[in-house]
Amino acid sequence: MSGFILSEFGHFGLRMDIAHQWLLLVPSWLTEGRTSIFAPKATPAQLVFGLSMFVLAIAAAIFLATGGILAYVLIRYRRRATDSEHEPPQIYGSNQIELSWTVIPIMIIVVLFLTTARVIFNTEYATKPDAALDVVVIGHQFWWEFRYPKLGIVTANELHIPVSDPQHPTPTYLEMSSADTDHSFWVPQLAGKTDVIPNRVNVMWIDPQSPGLYLGQCAQYCGTQHAKMLLRVYAQSPNDFDAWVAEQRQPAKASTVDGQAVFLRNACINCHTIAGTIAKGRFGPDLTHLAGRDTIASGAVQNTPENLRKWIDNPERMKPGCMMPAMHLNDRDLTAVVFYLTTLH
Amino acid sequence: MVGILCLIAAESAVFIIFVVAYIFYLGKSISGPSPRDVLDIPIVGTICLLSSSLTVYLAVGALRKSKVGLCSLWLAATVLLGGVFLAGTALEWRQLIYKDGFTIRTNLFGTTFYSLVGLHATHVVVGLVMLALALVFALRGRLTEANAERLDVLSLYWHFVDAVWVVVFTVVYVLGR
Amino acid sequence: MADSIPLTGPIDLTSAPKARPLTLEVLHAWVTTVDHKKIGLMYIGYALVFLVIAGLEAIVMRLQLAVPENGLVSPQVFNRMFTMHGTTMVFFVGMPILFGFGNYVIPLMLGARDMAFPRLNAFSFWIAAFGGLLLYFSFLGGDGLYGAGTAPDVGWFAYAPLTAKVFSPGHSTDYWTLGILLSGIGSIGTALNIVTTIICMRCPGMKLSRMPLLVWLYFVTCCMVFVAVSPLTAAQIMLLIDRYLGGHFFDTQAGGSAVLWMHFFWIFGHPEVYILVLPAFGFANEIIPVFARKAIFGYPAMVAASVAIGFISLSVWAHHMFTVGLGPGANTFVALATMIIAVPTGIKIFNWIATLWGGNIRFTVPMLFCAAFLFQFLIAGLTGIMLGAAPFDWQLSGSYFVVAHFHYVLVGAIVFTIFAAFYYWYPKMSGRLMNETLGKWHFWLFLIGFHLTFDFMHIPGILGMPRRVYTYQLDRGWGIWNLIVSIGVIFQVLGVGCFVFNLLRSYFKGTIAGPDPWDAWTLEWSTDSPPPAYNFAAIPSVQSRRPLWDLKHPEDPDSKYEL
Repeated sequence: MSGFILSEFGHFGLRMDIAHQWLLLVPSWLTEGRTSIFAPKATPAQLVFGLSMFVLAIAAAIFLATGGILAYVLIRYRRRATDSEHEPPQIYGSNQIELSWTVIPIMIIVVLFLTTARVIFNTEYATKPDAALDVVVIGHQFWWEFRYPKLGIVTANELHIPVSDPQHPTPTYLEMSSADTDHSFWVPQLAGKTDVIPNRVNVMWIDPQSPGLYLGQCAQYCGTQHAKMLLRVYAQSPNDFDAWVAEQRQPAKASTVDGQAVFLRNACINCHTIAGTIAKGRFGPDLTHLAGRDTIASGAVQNTPENLRKWIDNPERMKPGCMMPAMHLNDRDLTAVVFYLTTLH
Repeated sequence: MVGILCLIAAESAVFIIFVVAYIFYLGKSISGPSPRDVLDIPIVGTICLLSSSLTVYLAVGALRKSKVGLCSLWLAATVLLGGVFLAGTALEWRQLIYKDGFTIRTNLFGTTFYSLVGLHATHVVVGLVMLALALVFALRGRLTEANAERLDVLSLYWHFVDAVWVVVFTVVYVLGR
Repeated sequence: MADSIPLTGPIDLTSAPKARPLTLEVLHAWVTTVDHKKIGLMYIGYALVFLVIAGLEAIVMRLQLAVPENGLVSPQVFNRMFTMHGTTMVFFVGMPILFGFGNYVIPLMLGARDMAFPRLNAFSFWIAAFGGLLLYFSFLGGDGLYGAGTAPDVGWFAYAPLTAKVFSPGHSTDYWTLGILLSGIGSIGTALNIVTTIICMRCPGMKLSRMPLLVWLYFVTCCMVFVAVSPLTAAQIMLLIDRYLGGHFFDTQAGGSAVLWMHFFWIFGHPEVYILVLPAFGFANEIIPVFARKAIFGYPAMVAASVAIGFISLSVWAHHMFTVGLGPGANTFVALATMIIAVPTGIKIFNWIATLWGGNIRFTVPMLFCAAFLFQFLIAGLTGIMLGAAPFDWQLSGSYFVVAHFHYVLVGAIVFTIFAAFYYWYPKMSGRLMNETLGKWHFWLFLIGFHLTFDFMHIPGILGMPRRVYTYQLDRGWGIWNLIVSIGVIFQVLGVGCFVFNLLRSYFKGTIAGPDPWDAWTLEWSTDSPPPAYNFAAIPSVQSRRPLWDLKHPEDPDSKYEL
């Protein structure tokens, strides 16, 4: 059913099946969202989902019981016009009753806690298979940098990873840190969030089991454009992923268009890298294969020539407060650069 | 008395946080001097400060027995001993800053060291000001046995300041090196 | 012979009417007062003004978020709104209003004439008040002499290193730091005062085990203030050293730790929310028995539970940091401690239900608010348990689910009991009852608005919407829920409008209340409404927890039965 964990904790698989059945009880408007935490598509999210259903069930039971009694008491003992003026009998307490409603909650807590502890350890102490993919994630204000050290790839904002087959797991391990302020990597359908903190490395893993696009965004306030620091995770079949890797490893093809000259003689190279040219800036996203991405401005808008043009001309309009300055290019240069960027597959 | 105990509780919490920060950052400075490199143990200052606890205790005892003159004497001793401690700190810092070039912005050790010792020194200054005031009142004959309770409360604050020094001394000059 | 003097009304026969005082005289009296009642009223008035201001900030946010990709306000303005809304509500509404009620009611409940340190009382108020003004001055002066001036925009918990000079240039962050620093000093002063008053100034016969539960809860709260507010003060001093003296406490480039700020902040932050909620429990503890016509069930258990909550809450701060990667050991321990708090909290809820059981419940406006409080606090506690299950928190943290949870506690539990406290003690403070009809309008409007907003707010959280976002994408499916949440605000505004109108109108036109309009049992109801400056003609002496019950029911006094 889910991931390599189960080979080590076989009986957990039974519980995951139960969790899957609970999924049927959750109303569709809660599970249909692209970023719903109740629509898990990878093992960490599934582990959390199973636990969350259990916790919700207990909470619902407690609410119905206690709330029910409370409602009953408020109705049954309300003052009616026919009531006498005498005060009701004054009862000051009862040690036995206090004991009972101390002990029972303690027992409930113990059960809740043990279940919780198990999921914590399953997630955080999972053994890393040899076939796992390593990705280094660096959070920036307000974009995501992804580096694949063993594959020699650098890209931004759109994370491509292979799907993971439960029989031969190939999860992706994310080693995360920040270049500036605190961020948090959150793709709800794949896993809970993990904070991305400067001067600290946090590790998490994800293993989507079906190909597709999984959405997320930064979940720790990091400054003005925190809201548009979006995440797109593309889970691909092994073949597709290999093809993507091969393409990404190529430097940019040599180009003679005007746009490349414009790019290289302007301040663009201070922040951006285009592999195979002199542009080696690290402050902004790597643009070597920009044309292959669906979005720009870390997911804020679609990657079209019109948007590219508007973005380069004045990023403040699309993402006020972002770190890229307006480049103040004239019309001709702007058109040329945009064209050049659309050739960067 | 309850009031000053509450204040001491709150101040202790502040100091604990600074001590925690100091301990947390031990050995984590990326560059710059470490405690071992620049710190000398301030023996004289410590002895003076701790003795001043004794003198202030004697001052309170004297006031309770209405011996205002003796009280003034012990108060003066307390202020003097506290002053010596502060002077020692000032000399230590002058050496660190001008000879060793070691300031609050040098590295993590610098930041945490000056903040912690500085916070303590600030409390010493406040205490000395209050004690000096008490001394002035005593010398002008305004202090009587009825004020012994108040002086006792002040002395409790002073004992607290000394106790904090014991902790700071141990953490910074003994354990940290 | 204190016990033979009647407890109703002072023996003051000198009532020659004075000439009407000049406005300036009145103003001077208020500004220089050290009377706990006046200071209490100033705290409360001050808090109400800031409640309206912070409410306006919330309205701006909800208007912006009502539809996706909205352009009503810029991200810069929005980020200032949520920072100021949170900071104001916690430090300049929550703390003052609770200290205000405490200031007013505690000496009266203890049979004392004033607080232990009246001048410290006044000083604490004024310094805290100045802190609030300083924070709001940032709208004018935040960017320094040459900038346009802006308020802080770093979030109410101001995580490092976003607050470092390099990421937050100008002075906006410093206004945040200094405003709260001053408010913290005021809080510690008032807490010191309350603790000393409780320990030293109880009237004869009032052993600790005979104090009203409200006083116990304030006692625990104030002890927590010493231990909790100081770490924030320390951390803010460290932040100032970083920003102005070149220090590196939270400078990650120099090896400093962003996580250290989180620890220090939440060591303050978590107990802080219990500091806000325990007095609310105190109000419920006084109001529910009076309107249920029964003594509180299980007084010793309630005291023990309150103290336990106070202690345990000092250890759970890291549940705000489950996603920081502290490791499974820490996460597990904190999850356990967080869940354990549910036990004493549950005990309190069960004891309230037991108090109502077998009673004769009068649904006056204060009781209505307390009834809603009981349901809402139950739900808030349960969503808190959900968040305490660390892996569940890995999904829910930093999302609108958390925002819904804490507003459920802050508004659903605390604000509701504060409204109850207003309607309950207003007659004592002003001599007149508030209007019941207007009160019921207030209650129902606010109840509907609260539930529209905060029930539905859980859903975007489950659907993946993070906090502190000035807008969101159209394709996420969050639009309809945000719209409902924003609509709820209208009802809340109307409700609060009724309330403010009621407050003002009743002062002039309300029915005269007399000393004891609710037929209650604690000492404050034994003196005039409003009490004279000296509180009691003669210091009372008590033999049980409900001295007025003993007087009214001499055949069946509490002192015979107390456990």
